[in-house]
Amino acid sequence: MSLLRVQDLALRFGEVTAFEDVSFEVGEGELLAVIGPNGAGKTSLFNALSRVYRPTAGIMWLGDHDLRSLRASQLAGIGVARTFQNLGLFAHLSVLENVLIGRHHLMRAGTLRAGLWWGFAAREERLHRGKAMEALELVGISQLAARPVQTLPYGLQKRVELARALTMEPRLLLLDEPVAGLGAGERSEMTDLVRQVHARGLTILLVEHDMGMVMQVAQRVLVLDYGRVIACGSPAEVQGDEQVVRAYLGQELAGPRAAG
Amino acid sequence: MTQFLQLASDGFALGCVYALVALGFAVVYRASQVINFAQGAMLLVGAYLVSLFAAYAGLPFWLAVILAVAILAASGVLFQMLVLRRTLGQPLFTIVMITIGLSIAVTAGVDAVFGPNQRLLGDPWGASRFHVGRVVFTWVEVWGVISAFVLLAAFFVFDRYSRYGLAMRAAAADPEAALAVGVPVRRVHALAWGIAGAVATIGGVFLAGFPNSPNPQLGDAALLAFPAIILGGLGSPVGAVVGGIIIGIVQVLTSGYEPGWTGNNFYEVAPYIVMIAVLLAKPYGLFGTRPAERL
Repeated sequence: MSLLRVQDLALRFGEVTAFEDVSFEVGEGELLAVIGPNGAGKTSLFNALSRVYRPTAGIMWLGDHDLRSLRASQLAGIGVARTFQNLGLFAHLSVLENVLIGRHHLMRAGTLRAGLWWGFAAREERLHRGKAMEALELVGISQLAARPVQTLPYGLQKRVELARALTMEPRLLLLDEPVAGLGAGERSEMTDLVRQVHARGLTILLVEHDMGMVMQVAQRVLVLDYGRVIACGSPAEVQGDEQVVRAYLGQELAGPRAAG
Repeated sequence: MTQFLQLASDGFALGCVYALVALGFAVVYRASQVINFAQGAMLLVGAYLVSLFAAYAGLPFWLAVILAVAILAASGVLFQMLVLRRTLGQPLFTIVMITIGLSIAVTAGVDAVFGPNQRLLGDPWGASRFHVGRVVFTWVEVWGVISAFVLLAAFFVFDRYSRYGLAMRAAAADPEAALAVGVPVRRVHALAWGIAGAVATIGGVFLAGFPNSPNPQLGDAALLAFPAIILGGLGSPVGAVVGGIIIGIVQVLTSGYEPGWTGNNFYEVAPYIVMIAVLLAKPYGLFGTRPAERL
């Protein structure tokens, strides 16, 4: 049974169509990559799934939750976590706080409980702090937990974001260009991390520009061009697809760009 | 010496009330990066409601305070939900202008309904006082300090241990990312406004206590919390408290020792001079966070 089901999804801004007739499914534990040339509608699709935009038509379900009927802030509660292409970190907070906030929807201590029974709130806070540290260890930067996040180099900030998404305990992880802007070494490290996380059984939808990375980690690839699906299949199938090659004409398609 | 101790203790008591008012500013700023110019107007309404319930409707004072706090907290939440939520994503300047407008309208409204005269607060303390040595303490001062400390302590526990403390700072830093990690940004903002309304009311009660009384100028007095938050560091609750106490002490000491050549009412200017002096040394205030520079 598929975890994520998307059917005939469309997003239009007035006369401009970002994408239309997009249908696909992501199975439990699968890693699906969405690729396409610049302006193909990848990021729009991503933002529709994470409810930053409201799709104009079509349906999308996560398990038995209708994603269209939920607000962006409710997605965390049903198990959707995302990262941002250009980072969505909280500049003045420490690395640990940036990760800890991902557990907001799992915490119970609200205003009253913290005020009247702060033993409970303090215990809960410690528990979640521990979970946040685990996520930081997983991405290999637990020693930086106390640092203000904005003092970290870009590549490490990307890892903080990944740690935050993981600590939300998602069923579906949406990754928006996780290796964009990284150097070659950082790319291969991040690629390994994504593969590791996937190996733990997490379902992932990945939007990525870097074909080398996609071909290494994806089980299936969905190709968008001018807002439409032009191919969907295994990395090998997609690489051999004539339409895909044409869409990418002049671009490096086959060879992995990332070292390793 | 007696005079100094007297002025210092009066200043400290006043400063604690300023700290409460400053906390109201700090909470809203912390959650949304908006400087709420209506904080003084909320304080004014809070004081008048307490006066209305306690001195004119005959309710017990404690009940009057609880009612007024509840009404102001609810109004803060409603204002956020009905007006400000439509401005999410607008430039902060727009929102700041709305709070200035609200302040003007509310102050004029209070004037229109209750008239320009001073009113009774209806508090049980009145002008009652006691002596320690030769220093005089009024009971209003003492309860003001106690209330301020209890509320400030409660806020710090809330900020540190409830999930909304961190959520507020996240919502201010990047609303879109906050939504994506499951922080209900609008609810967090509404909560901040509710807290601001509640602490404004308590601040108003003690600002309107002896030797003052509820009058339409109370809102202006709250503007003195402004240098307090600036010198403490915008958005820092600790800064609000320290800044508030400093401003209170500076103000009362200068009013007591005012040299003739500064003219009358120099004590109203002194807090701003202190604020400027502090900003020269620490541009982000005593406890403000300096944005890290990227090279």
